[in-house]
Amino acid sequence: MDEKIIELKGVSREYDETLAVDNIDLYVKKGEFITFLGPSGCGKTTTLRMIAGFEVPSSGTILLNGKDITKIPPYERPVNTVFQRYALFPHLNVFDNIAYGLKLKRVNAVYEDEKGNRKTRKEKLSKAEIAAKVSKALKMVDLEEFEKRDVTTLSGGQQQRVAIARAIVNEPEILLLDEPLGALDLKMRKDMQIELKEMHKKLGITFIYVTHDQEEALTMSDTIVVMKDGTIQQIGTPMDIYNEPKNAFVADFIGESNICSGTMVGDKKVKFINHVFDCVDDFPLNEKVDVVVRPEDVFLMDEGKGQVDGVIESSIFKGVHYEMTFIVGKTEIIIQDTQERKAGEHASIFIKPEDIHIMAKEFVSNKYDGYITKKNTVCFADGEFECDVTQLYPGSSLDEEGYLVLPNGEKKDLTDVDVTAEVGLKDIEIIDNDFGGDACGSIVSIIYKGDHYQIIIRTDENEEDFVVDTEYVWNENDRVSVKIPKEKIKLTLKVSEGARR
Amino acid sequence: MKLRFARKHLCIPYALFLALFVVAPIFIMLFYAFTDANNRFTLGNFGKIFSDTTTLSAILTSLSTAIVTTAICLLLGYPVAYILARSGLKHTQTLLLLFILPMWINFVMRLNALKEFLSLINLLDKSPYLNTVIGMVYDFLPFMILPLYTTLTKLDKSVIEASTDLGANSFQTLIRVVIPLSLPGIISGVTMVFMPTMTNYVISDILGRSQITILGKLIENYFMQSNWNMGAAISMLLLTVMLLFTWLTGGFKEEKNERGAGLW
Repeated sequence: MDEKIIELKGVSREYDETLAVDNIDLYVKKGEFITFLGPSGCGKTTTLRMIAGFEVPSSGTILLNGKDITKIPPYERPVNTVFQRYALFPHLNVFDNIAYGLKLKRVNAVYEDEKGNRKTRKEKLSKAEIAAKVSKALKMVDLEEFEKRDVTTLSGGQQQRVAIARAIVNEPEILLLDEPLGALDLKMRKDMQIELKEMHKKLGITFIYVTHDQEEALTMSDTIVVMKDGTIQQIGTPMDIYNEPKNAFVADFIGESNICSGTMVGDKKVKFINHVFDCVDDFPLNEKVDVVVRPEDVFLMDEGKGQVDGVIESSIFKGVHYEMTFIVGKTEIIIQDTQERKAGEHASIFIKPEDIHIMAKEFVSNKYDGYITKKNTVCFADGEFECDVTQLYPGSSLDEEGYLVLPNGEKKDLTDVDVTAEVGLKDIEIIDNDFGGDACGSIVSIIYKGDHYQIIIRTDENEEDFVVDTEYVWNENDRVSVKIPKEKIKLTLKVSEGARR
Repeated sequence: MKLRFARKHLCIPYALFLALFVVAPIFIMLFYAFTDANNRFTLGNFGKIFSDTTTLSAILTSLSTAIVTTAICLLLGYPVAYILARSGLKHTQTLLLLFILPMWINFVMRLNALKEFLSLINLLDKSPYLNTVIGMVYDFLPFMILPLYTTLTKLDKSVIEASTDLGANSFQTLIRVVIPLSLPGIISGVTMVFMPTMTNYVISDILGRSQITILGKLIENYFMQSNWNMGAAISMLLLTVMLLFTWLTGGFKEEKNERGAGLW
């Protein structure tokens, strides 16, 4: 099973100067059920379309069974697709839709010429062969009686089945499925998930599945590829991805999780919510880390009996379990348990060392390349900010004309000097409109980290990111602007002190 | 009885207009078509259409001009409409405007310009029939492109992708998917071009230098001689042909799944 059927090497895809897929490396093993999972716009569908041949990578190569197929058109690839909105041919009935690929197919046939030599030639499939294959495919998707039906009269679920039959009837080496269940209702979706999984077992071919639904990915896949912003965040089995998320994004996207800031205080010891926990991950001493704990891995005990005491703030019945919010100091911990503890109750929590997942912090501070303007402000990340330029040279001061006066009396014109600006995550203020601040953009990501939200604001022009820790909740895609207090911008001179062009 | 204004009363002016200028003339035409000069009932007018060589040759000329013109318009217009609608060109709207723009220039001026051009390249004296066809194509091409363009823009891209995914190359996809799905636009375009070319005798007069007599010209000739009966009979014949054509192509069916060919 370890044979690679598809391999992507350094594949990128650019649209109008934005990278939809950014230099990804990936391989798919023969016969496996692999899922590309991520929020919309993460590049998963683009990746699938490049494998299908609808898009050509801007750079990189795609190998199929070791052969380069990067520029081969879709109709020459042994790959078939089930489209998001089915894409059935409205002018053909169910039979003709499914037979579409078969009618175009040419197979090698052995025949004897006049001299009795055995030769092979390309032949069409006979009508009987086509009919047999179509009815077999229809049986596979439970639509035996539907051959003569007009596809426009079918329900969404039935159309979906026709779309699947139309793809598998060609016996492709790989079946690509682009969010095939997205348009179905919940009950039907669950049934189809199981059916697809069974179909995968029966057919024994490779399935590449694209979805934004993490639960769907966890139930169906052998391997999950988590994607974000055109890059791969993590590849692994559903179990790996769930239990050992590589970073805060994966932890947040796959299932619910508590993400807190912590510090390593010793060998396999981490301090968060004011308590030192034993853990199984090794990180350097004093390093700031993100700690991820799944809600079902937190055990509730009577006050004083666990590791940390706190108060239950709220409790909601969720069917199988109760979802409770537990407060320690300012930090919220979400807990799932079958036994309810009422809001207001004092309690204690216990977390096993192996359930504490530690990951390096993605962002410690924001760093930008910028330059000083005539007015002694600094420009970076599509904005102009007030700053204190005297920090560039110790002991210097500004005169009335705006020149920097060094301690030895030398005057310096800082206009166009290149600098590096550093701003802490907590030092950026978000303003609820796009003109009140010094730079503006839209919110592209929000991750809750126990006692604060980590928000990423992306500017429009150069797509620079401001990573901000804030107590206030914002909405994704909100248009906002940012303001940074003068004294919070830390400037350092760039090594090469050359003036800007 | 008190008169009260209701919204439906707003259509009274138009109903009057219809009755006066559409329904009544049809009855007048019917009357003339089935009577002789002495207002006596006869089927002789229709008999004459199919026995008189001038009318028969006019019918043949009209049909052949219309068929050739429509075929050329379809062959020229389809690729243009396809490229405009589907290739994602940046200035589609401007290009489309360029194709539509001739429609807004005075008809007679356009034709005379074409006439001058044809004489400039020494084509005018060669074949009146060819010149008529060139003029018809020049004049009616936009009427072919527009409905085709509208249907093709509404064609779902993923259906085309599905076709190539299932093993069809671009040509097979065109034959098996794109053309069948743009059939409503083709029918609409053909109707828009075929019908007028049967009767538009201004073009054949100017470019065919009056050597080409199509049905429209024939009707005019009869009317000039005050032979209302023959003129009306030929008009009725044309009307019947149009109704038949529309009925055959399903134009009277209520649009079940609208694919946007209903531009006209």
